[in-house]
Amino acid sequence: MKPIDLKNQIRARKRYDALFGVLGLLALMIGVLTFCALFADMAIKGMGRVDWDFFTSFPSRHPGQAGILSAWVGSTLVMLVTAFFAVPLGVAAGVYLEEYARKNWVTDLIEINITNLAGVPSIVYGLLALGLFVYQFGFGQSILSAGLTLALLILPVVIVATREAIRSIPQAIREGSYALGATQWQTVRYHILPYSSAGILTGIIIGMARAIGETAPIITIGALTFIAFLPPAPVSAQPPFLSFEWLVSPFTVMPIQMFNWTSRPEAAFQVNAAAAGFVLVIMTLAMNGLAIWLRYRLRRNIKW
Amino acid sequence: MSAPDMQMTATLAPKADVKGLDFYYGDYRALNSISMPVYERQVTALIGPSGCGKSTFLRCFNRLHDLYPGNRYAGEIVLHPDNTNLLSAEVDPIEVRMRIGMVFQKPNPFPKSIFENVAYGLRVRGETSRRRIEEKVEQALADAALIGEVRNRMHEPAYNLSGGQQQRLCIARALATDPELLLFDEPTSALDPIATASIEELIHDLKERVTILIVTHNMQQAARVSDFTAYMYLGEMIEFGVTDELFIKPAKKQTEDYITGRFG
Amino acid sequence: MLFLAALVSVFTTVGIVTILVKESVVFFEQVSIVDFLTDTQWTPLFDDAHFGIMVLLSGTLTSSLVALAIAIPLGTVIAIYLSEFAPFKLREIAKPFLELLGGVPTIVYGYFALLFVTPLLQRIYPGLPGFNLLSAGIVMGIMIIPYVASISEDAMRAVPMSLREGSYAMGATRLQTALRVVFPAAFSGVAAAYILGISRAVGETMILAVAAGMQPNLTFNPLEPAATITAYIVQVALGDLPHGSVGFQTIFAAGLTLMLITLIFNIAGHLLRKRFRETY
Repeated sequence: MKPIDLKNQIRARKRYDALFGVLGLLALMIGVLTFCALFADMAIKGMGRVDWDFFTSFPSRHPGQAGILSAWVGSTLVMLVTAFFAVPLGVAAGVYLEEYARKNWVTDLIEINITNLAGVPSIVYGLLALGLFVYQFGFGQSILSAGLTLALLILPVVIVATREAIRSIPQAIREGSYALGATQWQTVRYHILPYSSAGILTGIIIGMARAIGETAPIITIGALTFIAFLPPAPVSAQPPFLSFEWLVSPFTVMPIQMFNWTSRPEAAFQVNAAAAGFVLVIMTLAMNGLAIWLRYRLRRNIKW
Repeated sequence: MSAPDMQMTATLAPKADVKGLDFYYGDYRALNSISMPVYERQVTALIGPSGCGKSTFLRCFNRLHDLYPGNRYAGEIVLHPDNTNLLSAEVDPIEVRMRIGMVFQKPNPFPKSIFENVAYGLRVRGETSRRRIEEKVEQALADAALIGEVRNRMHEPAYNLSGGQQQRLCIARALATDPELLLFDEPTSALDPIATASIEELIHDLKERVTILIVTHNMQQAARVSDFTAYMYLGEMIEFGVTDELFIKPAKKQTEDYITGRFG
Repeated sequence: MLFLAALVSVFTTVGIVTILVKESVVFFEQVSIVDFLTDTQWTPLFDDAHFGIMVLLSGTLTSSLVALAIAIPLGTVIAIYLSEFAPFKLREIAKPFLELLGGVPTIVYGYFALLFVTPLLQRIYPGLPGFNLLSAGIVMGIMIIPYVASISEDAMRAVPMSLREGSYAMGATRLQTALRVVFPAAFSGVAAAYILGISRAVGETMILAVAAGMQPNLTFNPLEPAATITAYIVQVALGDLPHGSVGFQTIFAAGLTLMLITLIFNIAGHLLRKRFRETY
């Protein structure tokens, strides 16, 4: 090839390189723009509505007086139940799979199940909960059912995060522990769990962020969309001082409240929906952001 | 060099001249003032202990270091006959790589068919004529002594071939674009002795047509295969000479120490 | 003890299958499977009730196609760009950002589709109904981009550098190397990403429930409103049909169909990912 032809041909090919660079950035920009538009939309329409009254009022037929009190209290209580079940089960399962499980068909079966469950639509979890928790076990349309459902939903997230965190611990540490005569459980308790706790925590936060925003499964088990009361308080001044009545009480959660308001045609309710959405987005952004930051710090600080 | 050497090299033209080459990884100087000729249609071997910079030196020839940030060249590598300085910032690395081919330590065929692997270089420079591509592919596979074994399965995946066959495929791939200089980076260190022998024989046949520069950590291979040898240590060129002379009667004590295995 | 915790996942799957099948049986005692699969009307509440799942499937299919038409091309381009072109710092910012984008609750996306995207589209095409599959599909597509991009990008970065060096050494440009060598090498992983995207699109509920309306409509035209399998289940759950009635049990039959569809895709994705891991 003549030298000048060579140079021209190279220049032509490199032009495509540059074009693709632009294309890639454009594609990213679409994501950025959507996110900004979404956030701005929520903020502009809803931020003005978010004030102390908004957080402390019940929903009402009058949009100006409606608030998210029952919704965020419900969300908090449901999250408590979710964490109560998902964290121990998920971490225990993760520890088992990484430290104790042998390579046999049972382990394979468990692993296949976990991968599969991660891809099941959330509404199917709702159907499971409806049939199993609400009807079969008779927990009813309650916070307990919701918490259990969401726990099952985020279980794969917690398990995978636990496993990855444990996997990054070098074998040398385990061997050091065993060489000193520790049992497997002691090694897990005093070494494995503490060292992987940051990674596990990251996974838990991501799972909870996901659970807070879930609507479909909770609607399916029958959370009502208009709740103008709070579940009974867990502690009271009279004996017995602790009560579990709140577990079986009807309830609502933040995403459902937003759904309810979005479905109303009146413009004023849509403002409320935007406000609720704004609060939701801030919450999930904060949680996801925290998890990302934790992971970043982890990667920089851990030097085995 | 001795008198017979000088006579021999007087009749040879250099394909490339390295002049005062320095190379920096960031602030660290990995190559220090290297100067040597690469004679046309001869096999030149680069030997030296691990970490002496021979692969680093080799990769300067096709600007492969440009792929990674923070690297810097100083000095020149002048390619003849047009006297282009390959290391110049004005010379596009792609242009350099279109004139100079490379075979790597571990065979790295693409996830494509045998035919498409060899045709890759041609397609990438815009060759569209099916007939021309088929001709060149067949010729390259013949030059790489592979055509007999793959003639009936040209469209099978390259991964089906054995290690030695894959390496010869990589050689064919490099040959298909008629390179002016062919770089070999420890081409047989991942292969068994039989495959190694076939590659060495191939190199011997190829030098009739293309200049070859080969890095090897195996001194015996250098002695078997090359016409000229350069001994490197800690980023510097210690000695350069006719292979037979260098191995029998090295001029420098350092070279002698390495060759006789006093260190490695 | 720990073993039991691990078994919970197995129990969950068993539970899902059991419940779906058990409750669907009640439904299928009254409606034949053939009718279920071939009827072209979905009117469970009428006196002359029809139960053709095709109606709901059409909504699911249409919206998913719109979503994937956005998510797959954009997700792939982003993945190639981040893996082969973008400078290190841009990658470090873009990846977490994509994670945040994927972490927004779907109800918020639904609101966005209904009250921002639809009015926007109506300015371009005034005849667009307030509920339509297009807005929902577009927003769903953007929501899925992070999943497709992230997994594809991981697959591409796992391709060994030696392959890239081989390509560059032949005088190829960055784009040529990315498209002719890296992308084909990573393809099983990328395909697994696509399948995950499909799974996500088919299973998505809230965006469609809010923005596409809940009116069952046998159509493949995205400019119309329609109910998907998932939106229908939500609609029934919000209503007062008693448990055990045919009308109510439809949600389990619908759920079973959905489960089977996503199961097939998940298994395909799993096999592809396994094959990819074996190659490297």
